Amino acid sequence: MAVLLEHELTDLKKKILELGAAVEGRVKQAVQALVTGDCQLAERVKTGDSEIDNLEIELEEECLKILALHQPVASDLRFIVSILKINNDLERVADFAVNLAERTFDLDKEMPIECPYDIARMGELVERMLKMALDSLVEQDTVLARETVEMDNEVDTMHRENFAKIKEAIRSDLKRLDGLVYYLSISRYLERMGDLATNVAEDVVYQVDGEIIRHGGIQ
Amino acid sequence: MAKLEIENPIVQVNNLKFYYPGNARALHGIDIAFPEKQVTALIGPSGCGKSTLLRCFNRMNDLIDGCRVEGDVIIDGENIYNRNTDIIELRRKVGMVFQKSNPFPKSIYENVIYGLRIAGEKDRSLLDERVETSLKGAALWDEVKERLHESALGLSGGQMQRLCIARAIAVNPKVILMDEPCSALDPKSTARVEDLIGELREDFTIIIVTHNMQQAARVSDNTAFLFEGNLIEYGLTDQLFVKPRNKQTEDYITGRFG
Repeated sequence: MAVLLEHELTDLKKKILELGAAVEGRVKQAVQALVTGDCQLAERVKTGDSEIDNLEIELEEECLKILALHQPVASDLRFIVSILKINNDLERVADFAVNLAERTFDLDKEMPIECPYDIARMGELVERMLKMALDSLVEQDTVLARETVEMDNEVDTMHRENFAKIKEAIRSDLKRLDGLVYYLSISRYLERMGDLATNVAEDVVYQVDGEIIRHGGIQ
Repeated sequence: MAKLEIENPIVQVNNLKFYYPGNARALHGIDIAFPEKQVTALIGPSGCGKSTLLRCFNRMNDLIDGCRVEGDVIIDGENIYNRNTDIIELRRKVGMVFQKSNPFPKSIYENVIYGLRIAGEKDRSLLDERVETSLKGAALWDEVKERLHESALGLSGGQMQRLCIARAIAVNPKVILMDEPCSALDPKSTARVEDLIGELREDFTIIIVTHNMQQAARVSDNTAFLFEGNLIEYGLTDQLFVKPRNKQTEDYITGRFG
């Protein structure tokens, strides 16, 4: 019984890492497409999303099957519950990558304007968070997971600063309004991706230690 | 050892050691307390001492020649291993339901009131009333009320087990010990007995030994994990099955033992 379950859990881990790698790739491409204005690359991100969606559904069905057939407890139960959540979070990250790709098309139609903040830098930070969160999942490393959670503050600060910069830019030149609103939404998508990477890392801590650290833990 | 703090326990066990004949020690100094009107499950691999421990609570082990007990078992304020303990009275106070249902070859009615008869109760209306309340309490009344005077041996396995529960509660015990009460039952009868355990906890303290981990998780408030005659972990069931504090408990409940 334990051996069978062990196999199922190993498969599940393999699948979630496949999904994680695919999502990481999408984010990287989406940021690159934005920064370079590469609409073809953006198109690939958009059309590739169904692959992520299918993986997500497959993973969820796998989790439900294991819950029903093996009725796992303790660390096994926490593993499956956190995989269910991480699965959902990763799929949402991929959706935001599609949103970024769509902004590439929108900006392509506008007259070129300079972005008032560094998209590449923010993108790199979010990519790094995602990578750290996934590494913490592979290694079951709660120290790395907690570092990932901490990093989100940096992304949040960046987003707040971007917001201020965009407001300022709009005030100084209303003609650039449309393009600047797109840049604002890009900052927002990246910030949300950071939140979702944080969720993944928090679920890794729950998986390993059984401790819920979301919202500062239970008060 | 991970421990559960219990205020005003109905059963308090202090440094309990149990030796089978030949001085084979089966319990190595158990300290555990059971809260009143709750269900506590004892789990652990075969030979871990859980049934031995359970049988210490109504001195069933006294039936084994050459066994020896050290330590205290205080039930409802009295140390049951005192020399002047009335064993009949103890077993009235601490009822037991076994793995295999053991109805007597008598009518359903006589089975239920067996304990009261032994205690000399003759009042017919009291006996009638106790038969009805006990069978209702054991969720069996509706199925047998038309044939109370037929043999209990004609009941199904699940009904027989509930009859044994009715017989146990007829003498109004404080504590009911259950030793694998569902292991011989099909899933439907098991579900009925489990539902019944949920209802009985309103009035009785229940200590149940089970090999079925899911059953322990479903029916109990607290769970104690024993291994090789030691109490390894004792905690709230919902915590123990989600986040056990001890590695051995984790390995056992996830099936990775040994």
